[in-house]
Amino acid sequence: MSYEVKLDIFEGPLDLLLYLIRKNELDIYNIPMALVTEQYLEHLEMMKALNLDLAGEYLVLAATLVHIKSRLLLPAEEGAGETEEEQDPRAELVRQLLEYQAFKEAALSLGKRTLLDRDVFKRAVVEEEVPDGPEEAVMEVSLFELIEAFRQVVERMDKEDLLEIDTERISLSDRINEILEDLSREKSLSFTDLLKASRTRKSIIYTLLAILELMKMRVVRAFQSDPFGPIRIFPAVEESADG
Amino acid sequence: MDDMRSVVEALVFASDAPVTVERLKDILGETDRKTLLEILQDIELEYRQRRGGLCLMEVAGGYQFRTKAEFAPWVRKLRGVRPVALTPAAMETLSVVAYRQPVTRQEIEKIRGVDVSGSLKGLLEKKLVRIVGRKNVPGKPIMYGTTRRFLEVFDLKDLSELPTLREITEMEE
Repeated sequence: MSYEVKLDIFEGPLDLLLYLIRKNELDIYNIPMALVTEQYLEHLEMMKALNLDLAGEYLVLAATLVHIKSRLLLPAEEGAGETEEEQDPRAELVRQLLEYQAFKEAALSLGKRTLLDRDVFKRAVVEEEVPDGPEEAVMEVSLFELIEAFRQVVERMDKEDLLEIDTERISLSDRINEILEDLSREKSLSFTDLLKASRTRKSIIYTLLAILELMKMRVVRAFQSDPFGPIRIFPAVEESADG
Repeated sequence: MDDMRSVVEALVFASDAPVTVERLKDILGETDRKTLLEILQDIELEYRQRRGGLCLMEVAGGYQFRTKAEFAPWVRKLRGVRPVALTPAAMETLSVVAYRQPVTRQEIEKIRGVDVSGSLKGLLEKKLVRIVGRKNVPGKPIMYGTTRRFLEVFDLKDLSELPTLREITEMEE
């Protein structure tokens, strides 16, 4: 059996680049591209050799570095002397690096605050014991089954002959947040109940779209316990005990 | 006044989430905002002078009793679980959302230079980040913002209390 070791040493290509600049004590406004590019590529080789997860973004920045380096080698255009500062091919990269660095520092200082449940604690709230997630053999519901269930609800509604008054102003993000809030209380929701709770056809559609969006974002999952059984919506990952 | 003080103390203690002055006002009826704030300050001072294990904190727009940071090692033992630490990646994503909200995933990725769907999902699950709407550009991407829970966890009264981002100009080293 072989194990693939995956380590995240750097938070991304920009982080690696910042590390190289700091390590070599370079001026961020005047980066020697040849040196940095060479070391950056060396690191990529090393990470590859270590079998580290080398995301595509690292290669994109590698290409950018090589591109900037080649542009620096080209003779400056005639009459470009005045606006040399602006035409420095490194300018955009520097801006990006500085912006990233600002947020990296902000993240560190946020982490140093007195955090709830790490440094300070509030009264423990007793969480209700709810079986988290389905227990018997359950299957994940496919898109088609969702649509079928949706069709059934709408069909039933049509027979009730609804008077539709379009005064309700709802948005998809409102509905998404409502469903997320309901889920945080209930742990799981019945798909048909969710749809039935909607009064107008428009809000039914918004409900369906909200559920589909949440499934796409992998925030919720839909399960049923038997082929034509009721479909229930669950949060994708059970929450940790301390909430 | 003293009775009122005890009631307020009881209410703050019994509340799960930081209790707001408005909420106290709803419950207590007649009392005005100013009096309530005075009472809360009074309780805060009392707890400070007592030098006990608790303090009254103003956080996420409300008030909450919390244990003092110096007693964390013992309380952690009591809770028996290691605090769920956020990874550096999650912290970076969170700080971009906090400072740039409302912000789309694409905008966060542009700043961090990496895919952030994983860390964003984790933050949504931890209820530190929520969906606040859709941006009115082609594709209507979802916009994210921070929650009250974020303020509660990071000991912030409101978003204006976030430390200012270091100005880009003073960032040379």
